[in-house]
Amino acid sequence: MTVAGRRAIDVLVWALLLTMPWWIPYLGGYTALGSRVVVMALAAMSLNFLLGFTGVLSFGQAAYFGLGAYGAGLTIKYLVPSTPLGMLVGVLAGTLASAIIGALIVRLRGVYFAMATIAFGQVFYFIAYRWNAVTGGDDGLSGWRRVPIDLGVTKVDILGNDLAFYFMVLVCFAVAVAVMAALLRSPFGRSLVAIRENERRAGFLGIPVDFHIWLSFVLSGLFASLAGTLYALLNNFADPHDLHWSQSGEFVIMAVLGGMRSFWGPLLGAGIFVLLEDYVSTRTENWMSFIGLFFVLVVLFFPRGLLGLIRRRAAR
Amino acid sequence: MTQLVLYNVFNGLIIGAFYALMALGLSLILNLSGVINFAHGGFLAIGAYLAYALMPWVGFWGALLLAPVLAGLIGVAVERVLIRPLYGRDPLYSLLLTFGLAYIIEDGTRYIWGPQTLPFSVPAWLQTPLSSAFFFLTGYRLFMVLLVVAAVTGLFLILTRTRLGMRIRAGAQDLETVSVLGVNVRILRSLNFAIGIYLAGLAGVLAAGMLGLQPTIGSALIMPSFVAIIVGGLGSLPGTLLGGLLIGVASGLTGVFFPSASEAVIYAVMALVLLFRPRGLLGEEGRFL
Repeated sequence: MTVAGRRAIDVLVWALLLTMPWWIPYLGGYTALGSRVVVMALAAMSLNFLLGFTGVLSFGQAAYFGLGAYGAGLTIKYLVPSTPLGMLVGVLAGTLASAIIGALIVRLRGVYFAMATIAFGQVFYFIAYRWNAVTGGDDGLSGWRRVPIDLGVTKVDILGNDLAFYFMVLVCFAVAVAVMAALLRSPFGRSLVAIRENERRAGFLGIPVDFHIWLSFVLSGLFASLAGTLYALLNNFADPHDLHWSQSGEFVIMAVLGGMRSFWGPLLGAGIFVLLEDYVSTRTENWMSFIGLFFVLVVLFFPRGLLGLIRRRAAR
Repeated sequence: MTQLVLYNVFNGLIIGAFYALMALGLSLILNLSGVINFAHGGFLAIGAYLAYALMPWVGFWGALLLAPVLAGLIGVAVERVLIRPLYGRDPLYSLLLTFGLAYIIEDGTRYIWGPQTLPFSVPAWLQTPLSSAFFFLTGYRLFMVLLVVAAVTGLFLILTRTRLGMRIRAGAQDLETVSVLGVNVRILRSLNFAIGIYLAGLAGVLAAGMLGLQPTIGSALIMPSFVAIIVGGLGSLPGTLLGGLLIGVASGLTGVFFPSASEAVIYAVMALVLLFRPRGLLGEEGRFL
């Protein structure tokens, strides 16, 4: 694709995101659902950093997402009623966990890596599930709310005003996505793509492969936990399901559905998935079957994702 | 105290035997076809619920015999239609597809049989404790252990003594060469898949007798099976067996001293193994690292 074409797509994406609260009602949504789309998109894009650009199959993203959620919730509930501090703690918790787990599994490859990420993802689920006194166990962490942000000059009422919260989420998303894009354009990002394309060759060229994969894993955990903190703030609640492997699977399907090889693919996938899930779960009790069927259909018919499909059509 | 520890070790061994049965099937499929079968827990549930449905007609023993076989047949049908097109592609796709299947199966069992726990009665003479001192040693638990031992022995006999087993093991090493030597790889993969699902179905019937039937019975057992495979070492079936028993006992023992950590402890075991022996206890060096 040409540089101009790419620019045009960027402009289109941002225009759509900035106006989402006004057009999403026509798709059966509402402002808070728009926030959910952006949060899930950030999580799916963080995963795609590993999946699409480093080429390692990580299936445990929910662990860092959920740690972010619980970190933010626990901080605001028990320590300080401050939204930015809660987010900071959540991001630190998730990033630290991904650094430790990443170090343990960075030597594994292929399906082995995938299985280890899945399995490790479950530890935090059981901790949140069992540590009733602090985390609220199966019922989740409730009894706290996001706190309006005091900017000194003015107060932003993210609690009472859904629109204000949406734009706060969007600002966080924009910063994270800008950093991600810059990283991918840097020599570090190019090395990741080189590892994806041919790991052995990258190694012979002098790229420290294990270290790069580890760093990619940690960065991915960082962005995922940021998304997690926003998700907890959105719901005023942290749910053990945020940490569960089924949540990880949903992130993967968002990335695949949109297109793993394109930067904006996971955003598209997240938008479709969130709207569909909202639609189905309000209409039938058997939403699990529909989501499961959706997974099967995506794998069988859209393995390259929607953007991959469009790009192929365009290339013809 | 001693009795409590003994009880929990024994209990852990039983749980470990479940994990091992599940994990052996997963391992078989993973080694030969490179598919991480996330729906394995779903097939376990299918085995369990089929046994429940068959019991009024054929009794406990008939159900024990038939249900795993039927689960295996369903498994082959799924493999032929849905999983076969994904062989040779990125393992991501088969993982996602079976993930979706796991959702569908769990929801399907809930739709058909309801969300509540259903009782699964085993013959009365199996339920009685064998001795009053070791009250926990009911006949059914001992029977389960024996059956698992028999199934695992049977599996290893098939793998080492029969032509099919040798082909499966050879295929796990180098499928292309096996294919070139004139073995029909499609049929080999289907049979291998059937054996794996049979084991899951068997584990399902046994688990139903101990825990009762619930739609989530499979998804609760899938994660420990992954851990068992990693602890034992990818590519090694004896390793998988060892891994399953080990984490079962670890989980049982932790239950004595710190019950709320009995699930989390198996991940600590996995972390230790990965730290000191990344290829797993009996894994081959250099195969997946």
